[in-house]
Amino acid sequence: MKKLLQKNSLTIALLCLTLLAGALTFSCKGEASGKEGKAGIVLSPDNEGIKVPDGFHVIEVANSLGSPRHIAVNSNGGIYVKLKEPVDGKGILYLKDTDGDGAADTSKGFGDYGGTGIYLTDHYLYASSNEDVFRYALDENQEVPANASPDTLVYGLIDRRTHNSKSITLDVKGNLYVNIGAYSNACQKEDRTLGSLGLMPCPILDSAGGIWQFKTDKFHQTYGDGVRYATGLRNVVGLDWNQQANALFVVQHGRDQLHTLYPDYFDQQASASLPAETLYRIEEGDDAGWPYIYYDQIQHKKILAPEYGGDGKKTGGEDAIDPAVAFPGHMAPNALLFYTGNMFPERYKNGAFIAFHGSWNRAPEPQKGYFVVFIPFENGAPSGDWEVFADGFSGKDTVHSPDEAEHRPTGLAQGPDGSLYVSDDAGGSLFRILYDVKDGE
Amino acid sequence: MRTLSLGHTGLLLILLLPAFYWGCRPSAKSSPDKESGENPVAVSTSEPETETAEIPHFAEGKALYTSYCLVCHQATGGGVGGLNPPLKNTEFVLGEKERLIRIILHGSNTGLLVNGKTYSNSMPAFPQLSDEEVAYVATYVRNSFGNKAEAISPAEVEEIRNLK
Repeated sequence: MKKLLQKNSLTIALLCLTLLAGALTFSCKGEASGKEGKAGIVLSPDNEGIKVPDGFHVIEVANSLGSPRHIAVNSNGGIYVKLKEPVDGKGILYLKDTDGDGAADTSKGFGDYGGTGIYLTDHYLYASSNEDVFRYALDENQEVPANASPDTLVYGLIDRRTHNSKSITLDVKGNLYVNIGAYSNACQKEDRTLGSLGLMPCPILDSAGGIWQFKTDKFHQTYGDGVRYATGLRNVVGLDWNQQANALFVVQHGRDQLHTLYPDYFDQQASASLPAETLYRIEEGDDAGWPYIYYDQIQHKKILAPEYGGDGKKTGGEDAIDPAVAFPGHMAPNALLFYTGNMFPERYKNGAFIAFHGSWNRAPEPQKGYFVVFIPFENGAPSGDWEVFADGFSGKDTVHSPDEAEHRPTGLAQGPDGSLYVSDDAGGSLFRILYDVKDGE
Repeated sequence: MRTLSLGHTGLLLILLLPAFYWGCRPSAKSSPDKESGENPVAVSTSEPETETAEIPHFAEGKALYTSYCLVCHQATGGGVGGLNPPLKNTEFVLGEKERLIRIILHGSNTGLLVNGKTYSNSMPAFPQLSDEEVAYVATYVRNSFGNKAEAISPAEVEEIRNLK
C-alpha cells in the first residue's frame, strides 16, 4: 500500500512536471512570438519580502533595470520607466507583460537622457531630463512609435547637481508643473558649512526652490515663459494633481544637518527626527518658507532656521503655508500618487500613497523610511493619520547606512486594473502591489 | 499518507517553479558598473585591535570622523548613492595624499565622479580642524572600511595648508 502510494505520487509528480514544463514552454514561446497567452498572475509566496496589509500581494515585475525613477502605466498595462542614467543609451524603458503572468517579458528603450519625471495622458508621454521636459505623441495603443522624436516643451532649467530632479505632473487645463529643486541645503553662503550664515534674501529662489508652471502645448518654453507657481520648496520629488481638490499637492524633502551645523541648538536625536518631511496642498503663489523656516512636526510649528537667527524654538514664516501632513524627518518622499483605481478596498479610493526613498541624514541614528505610506483622503483633504502601507523594501530589520538597503522606493504608478506599481532606483527592481487576486488568475 | 506524498509533490513543484520562472524572464540587462565602488556587504567600523594598534591616532581619527563626516559618508564609509561619495575603494581616499588633504581643508563643490558614479552634494571645507586633526581623520579613513593606505602626518597637512 505504502509502495503503491509512493509510486502513484511519483507518477503524479512526473505528470505535473511534464504539464508544467509544457505550460512554461508555451509561455516562453508566447514571448518570443509576441502572442498573448493567459498564464495568469504568478504570485510571490513571500510577497518578495515586502510586508503589505492582509489581502494584498506583491510581485516583482522586472529587475536589473538600472536606476528606475518615476514610472507610468498605460491603459494596456505597458509600463514606462524613467531611468536616472541611460542604460545602453536608453533613458526610458517600455516594459510589457504579454503573457499576463505579471513579469515583464518584453522591453524596449528610447530617449538618450537620464532624469526622473514621467507622466502619461491618453495622447502623450511627458518625460524630463534634469534640465528639460519632452513630449512624445502616442499611437492608438498608447505606445511611443519606433523612432519617434519628442517635442521639447521646456528647456534650460537649472541643474547644479544638488536636487536636480525635474519631477512633473499635469492639471486638467493644459498646464504642466515642474519641480525645480534648490541647489543647496539651507541657502548658506557656503553650502553645508559650519558657521556659514544664510543669504538674505536667498538668491536661489528666483530660479529654483519651487514649482514652475508651463503649458503642455507650447514648445521651447523656459523661465520667461513659465510662472513660478509656488516658492519656498527646498526639493520636491513627488507631486500629483488631486482631482477632488482640483489642486496640486507636493511632498518636500526637508533640510539636513541641524546637529552638525548647529550643535548648540540640536542634539543628534533632535537632528535625526527634525525637520518634518511635508505634504503640502499648493495654490498659485504659495510660499512654503524654505530656507527661512522649517516645519517642526513635534512642536507643530514653523520654526526659524538657525541660519537665519533661529534656535530651534523661535517661530517664523507667518506668511508661509502649513503642511497638510508632516512626517518624521529625512525619510525622503520621492513619489506621490492619489489612488483612483477600483482594485483596492474602498478606503483607499482617492487617498494618497507616498514612496519614501529612505533616510541617510539620521546617521548615526538608525535610518528610517524605505517604505510606502498611505493617507486616507475625503473631499480632497486628509481624513486620517498616515500609515505604513508597504514596508521592508530595505530587506533589513535595521538600516544603518542606505547602502545596506536592497530596494529604495522611488516612483509610483497606478495600472489600468488598479494595481499599484513601485519602482526602486537602488536595487533596480519594479514591484506591483495587487489586491484580491489568486495565483494563476 | 497520501496527503503527505502529495505534499511532497507540491513542495517539489514549488521548488522547481522558480527555476522555470527565471528561465522565462527577459535576459537581465547589464547595469552600468552598478555600485562598483559600494560593496553591499556592510563593513564593520570596529577594526580588530591588531590592525588599529599600528595606525597612529586611530581612536582620535574615528572620533573626528563620527563628529564631522559620518552623517554624510555613513558608518560604513559607503556614502549615499547619488549624493555623498563612498570613501572605500576609491583613489580619492587611497591615492595621492595631497588630493585628500585638499578636499578636507577646502571642501569640494564640483560634483565628483567616483568609480563611474556621480555624487551631487557639496562637501564643506574644514579649515577649523588643526593639522593634527586633519591628519588623524585622513589616516582613519585611509585605514577603515576595508581601506589600507599609508598614514598622513600633521606635517604633510601643514605643507598643503600653506600652499593655499
